[in-house]
Amino acid sequence: MALLSIQNLWVSFGGLVALHGVSMDVEEGRIFSIIGPNGAGKTTIFNCISGIYKPTKGKVIFRDREITGKKSHYSAGMGIARTFQNIELFGHLTTIDNLLLGRHIHMKSGVFSGAFFFGKSFPAAREECHHREVVERIIEFLEIEAYRNSLVSSLPYGIRKLVELGRALAMEPTLLLLDEPTAGMNQEEKRDMMFWIRDIRDDFKVTIIMVEHDMNLVMDVSDEIMALNFGVKLVQGTPEQVRNDPQVLEAYLGRD
Amino acid sequence: MTSRKNNSVIPHALQVDQKNDLFILFFRRREAILPIANLLTWVGKDSETYRCLTMDMKRDYYEDIQLCKTRTALVLTIALFCCLMIIPFLLGDYNIYIVNLIAIHAIVAIGLNILVGYTGQISLGHAGFFAIGAYTSVLLMVKGGVPFPVALLAAGFVSAGFGFLLGLPSLRLEGPYLAIATLGFGMAVTQIISHWDFAGGHMGLAAPKMSIGPFVADTGLEQYAIIMSVAAIMTIAAINLMKTRVGRALVAIRDSEIAAEAMGVNVLKYKTLAFAISAFYTGVGGALMAFALAHISAGSFNLILSITFLAMIIVGGLGSIMGSILGAALLTYLQIKLQVIQEAPIVGPILLDISKRFFTAEGLPNIQSIIIGGIMIGIVIFEPLGMRGIYLRFKRYWRMWPF
Repeated sequence: MALLSIQNLWVSFGGLVALHGVSMDVEEGRIFSIIGPNGAGKTTIFNCISGIYKPTKGKVIFRDREITGKKSHYSAGMGIARTFQNIELFGHLTTIDNLLLGRHIHMKSGVFSGAFFFGKSFPAAREECHHREVVERIIEFLEIEAYRNSLVSSLPYGIRKLVELGRALAMEPTLLLLDEPTAGMNQEEKRDMMFWIRDIRDDFKVTIIMVEHDMNLVMDVSDEIMALNFGVKLVQGTPEQVRNDPQVLEAYLGRD
Repeated sequence: MTSRKNNSVIPHALQVDQKNDLFILFFRRREAILPIANLLTWVGKDSETYRCLTMDMKRDYYEDIQLCKTRTALVLTIALFCCLMIIPFLLGDYNIYIVNLIAIHAIVAIGLNILVGYTGQISLGHAGFFAIGAYTSVLLMVKGGVPFPVALLAAGFVSAGFGFLLGLPSLRLEGPYLAIATLGFGMAVTQIISHWDFAGGHMGLAAPKMSIGPFVADTGLEQYAIIMSVAAIMTIAAINLMKTRVGRALVAIRDSEIAAEAMGVNVLKYKTLAFAISAFYTGVGGALMAFALAHISAGSFNLILSITFLAMIIVGGLGSIMGSILGAALLTYLQIKLQVIQEAPIVGPILLDISKRFFTAEGLPNIQSIIIGGIMIGIVIFEPLGMRGIYLRFKRYWRMWPF
């Protein structure tokens, strides 16, 4: 059984149909990319998986459990983490606090235990220290030590992208959804991101689904690619298959 | 340069002079200066600047969430507590009453700031929670014979229950719409209470005295002891709470609801929780207010009170516990002092004169609204972070001081 399986997904906004019965299976440990021109419905698929949209028809099954139409925080609790196309960080918090929010689902302290602790031995304090240590390891992995205590709204774009990635990693997800991880980055930063994506898969044992426009990057890191156009699935296969598919060429370059 | 060793060079008269100078006498004695020097070194070695220079920043993850992060903060906190212990003995009864009001308003301001400043949900109905807290505690004590500490807690929890209920629509309402919904709540509470015979109707209720076991708070000083302890406990609780999981989730909702939800924060739960916590603080504040004033009536819990609470946190600084306290202190103090401005030495007669000549003489007490309004406009324009912003600027300046 695939880790994530999408079956015949339809999404329509009023009269506009964004997804026309898309199905896909993502195996565990894969890097799976979704490509397609603007408005093809790539982010819509993400929003259905992470529970922001409720599909009109179809099913999303994750680890043998149906999560169709469940709230975002439910799928987060199931182990789905995501980043956003237009960075959605908590601007008034520091990098550390942003990453600590990724630990939210792993922490337990409530109002009372959070309000009354007066020393290291209290459970809330112990929990807090433990998770700060975990977060510190992620900061080290992404090499953003220098920005540890800065407000994220004051950080440069590329670093904010990394912080957002770190925040998703802090959730220790089973499935990581990356929405255009290299958008707005320069060549060097894109290279780094490519290595990181591979490292994340290997070190953190995460399955990654990625939406990306940079074809070089997509062809390099992906195990499997799905191409979409106007909400219709064109083809799914290895980078080699997708690269040579006439339909994909047509969608991207147009017909002769 | 031999003069230092050779005493005979210094004229006799000057030597005598030096010995008589108390200041020099004190600092010449090594043993006298030693404890102070030791304290300064002990504090200084832990200061952020020193640790930055010596690259010795963190020793423990607990430091991040400690109440007093550095020794400087620890010493200052202890000093503050000592001050709070001593001041009531230096103040007159009237001034103690003012300090009591400030402490109560600080509790409410902290509660409101948790909702508005931290969670980003507006409320114009906090006078409603204030009233619920006040009436719950007084009714429980008068009609139910419940002891004071229980009534105080009950006031908080009943108020929190109403906060939870008011929080439910907050999921669908935002900004101006939520403001109107909460406004309606606040006005409805006042109306219902003022027409409720069980709660004294328009006449209000007389509050009994606060008492914990055999200890009965008769004087302002004894009230101070109870009110200030409650305020201190609730302040520390708020500081701790905002640094841990729940507090972070609330701030996350303020900054980006979508991302908070994607992190696994249950927005429904935490928004209503924010309302409940905020209402708890306000309810406890309301209960204490009932006992501090010894009498409550529905008319005093009006819209203006809600707006004043909001003004406190905006003037003090949104999203800051310290700002809430500063704002509450400033506005409470001004409100009380400006009411009697005609008694002020020079300004009073002048204002009275202007008022008589151009307006009506009875209009003078309203000068407080004008001045408070002016201060609020000034703060919002020049220091959007409020009084906390001024404090932060001062702190930065101090750290960089010689440069």
